[in-house]
Amino acid sequence: MSVITFTIDGEQYSAKEGDTILQVARDNKIPIPTLCYLEGLSTFGACRLCVVEIEGSQKLFPACTTKPTESMIVHTNTVKLKKYRKMIVELLASEGNHQCAVCVVNGHCELQDLAYEVELDHVRFPYLFPKKSLDATHKDFVIDRNRCVLCTRCVRVCHEVEAAHVWDIAGRGIDCEIIADLNQPWGTSPSCTSCGKCVRVCPTGALFDKGAAVGEMQKESGFIKFIVNARNKHEWVRTAHEEE
Amino acid sequence: MSKMITISPVTRIEGHAKITIQLDDKNDVIDARFHVNEFRGFEKFTEGRLLWEMPGITSRICGICPASHLVTSAKAGDDILAVEIPETAEKLRRLLTLAQWLQSHALSFFHLSAPDFLLGFDSDPATRNVFGLIAADKEFTKRGIRLRKFGQEIIEILGGRRIHTPWTVPGGVREPLELAKRDQMLTWIPEARETVKLALDALKKIHKKYAKEIPEFGNFRTLLVGLVSKDGGLEYYDGFLRIKDGNDNTIADKIEPKKYFEHFGEAVEPWSYLKFPYYKPFDYPRGMYRVGPLARVNICDYIETPLAEAERKIFKSLSGNVNVVNNSFYYHYARCIEMLFAVEKIEMLLKDPAILGETIRAQASINRLEGIGCSEAPRGVLFHHYHVNKDGVIQKANLLIATAQNNLAMNRTVRQIASHFIDGKKGKITEGILNRVEAGIRCYDPCLSCSTHALGQMPLHVELLSAGGEVLDEVHR
Repeated sequence: MSVITFTIDGEQYSAKEGDTILQVARDNKIPIPTLCYLEGLSTFGACRLCVVEIEGSQKLFPACTTKPTESMIVHTNTVKLKKYRKMIVELLASEGNHQCAVCVVNGHCELQDLAYEVELDHVRFPYLFPKKSLDATHKDFVIDRNRCVLCTRCVRVCHEVEAAHVWDIAGRGIDCEIIADLNQPWGTSPSCTSCGKCVRVCPTGALFDKGAAVGEMQKESGFIKFIVNARNKHEWVRTAHEEE
Repeated sequence: MSKMITISPVTRIEGHAKITIQLDDKNDVIDARFHVNEFRGFEKFTEGRLLWEMPGITSRICGICPASHLVTSAKAGDDILAVEIPETAEKLRRLLTLAQWLQSHALSFFHLSAPDFLLGFDSDPATRNVFGLIAADKEFTKRGIRLRKFGQEIIEILGGRRIHTPWTVPGGVREPLELAKRDQMLTWIPEARETVKLALDALKKIHKKYAKEIPEFGNFRTLLVGLVSKDGGLEYYDGFLRIKDGNDNTIADKIEPKKYFEHFGEAVEPWSYLKFPYYKPFDYPRGMYRVGPLARVNICDYIETPLAEAERKIFKSLSGNVNVVNNSFYYHYARCIEMLFAVEKIEMLLKDPAILGETIRAQASINRLEGIGCSEAPRGVLFHHYHVNKDGVIQKANLLIATAQNNLAMNRTVRQIASHFIDGKKGKITEGILNRVEAGIRCYDPCLSCSTHALGQMPLHVELLSAGGEVLDEVHR
């Protein structure tokens, strides 16, 4: 297997062929914010929070889908990147109905954590206050589309890990939303196994346990890598890194 | 010719009110109105949300009494889940409710009303606030602030935060109480009891000092409404509704709180966002009633704790020959008696071994499509009434809040004070008059936005109108 040597933030690192910039950064504890990325699932590159600068190009590249090449020089934490990441979180905040104070994941939300991370103290864009639906027809779970950031973790985990493929995206542009089966109430979905994986991987309060009160819902998404490893490699071992 | 008088500095608050005073041809006061000109909309925007979120959402109605909304909303949730909550959960909710009373009443007495009493209605408005009080009597004020802290600390220990804890849920509460934290709360009791006694002593001196003014501070007969326990004692969490009139006649008793809507209606006036609840059999506006400390201490047969019961008997002796204290000024006295009760009862609850139980939450799904929760908030009886679909999504919410139930009486109080103190022939409102009107409203400790509370001064806007509608004088604060 060939090894690629490249530079991240002035330090040289080695990558195995097929590794992404994000994987190398994570292995070497270089922080790059992510939202749609989840270890164990396919990469999607939708949220653009993990964008990095690569010398020689004007474009920004998502670290989760970009593979390093020999001698590539990557910057992960420039003024320009900070500006764009903050703007992305602002746009996410403005296009949904995110009311942290009364949300089931208040204090345990990846979007909220990101807002702190990018130092979001206000949103410069007008709030759209879209009319989104809440579906509580499932006996155990609820989807509140007001809080969905369209990361598609639920879509991918249901398709790739549970193999039920309940979730999909309907609509276009700003009207995109997550739907169950043929756009029907979740409680009527014949394909849903009620496994709850989608709820556990959702980074916000869009998917949650029915009966959870404000701030009560805590999620744990590290189990996905455990399941995938167990399936692919027949290794039933949790490492400290996965439990983080 | 109208004239604008600006009073500065203005203490910032949430909650906005306006008062208009109407004069007749002879320049005598014929009407006065207390307008609440802001709108919250919780009843509408909670439609479509989940039942389990409602305690957390509705507690945001108020920054002073969030625990009351939290408990009442959770009780409506219990009703919809059709569960009987565990004994420990009920006792913990009772503890939370009393802590809420204590901190809110302490705020009303020490921070908001005491500056008027102790510094004087006509004292300089720039210092007629809690800071002026600190300068005048540091130890007394400090004790009052610490009494409020005690209430807040109980809420924080139980729910993890002082304001807007989401700790109470349909079916019970979220966390049990640890022994060490129970003991931590108990250490406060002796100091809290002494502070309330000091407040009562101070208040009795005030009663003497203002003996001539007090009879004009909302002194009229109305119905009095509140919860009483199953055997008629002072109640704050459960029990039945009792309605008495100003002559001590029991108009209705042992009403199930769930039947409140059969007895109370809500009228709307175009000049205020605050609705006007009334007792249906007496029609609007004759069905005016008062809720809160004055009503509760008046209508109960006894108080279960000894010190508060002894004070209740002294309170009743103020009533003359009707056995009902009808003067709204004595809300303050009733509030202090309730603080004493709260301290004594908190101690009783903390010493009850059941408070440390670990079974605290009943789990159930939707078993009814309609539920009503009721408890006594600091300012009076509070109802949350929800309709849900089979998935637990709110279809309709009605919140009957204590301050609204005092609306008719607050208007009457404003009218009485205006009639007594305003000399229409002079066409002029003095600072002292404005402050007396304000103090009359403050007897009720109103939560105008029911989100937070006047701190020091309310942003009042008073207009003096001639018979022709001309603005003779206007004061903003």
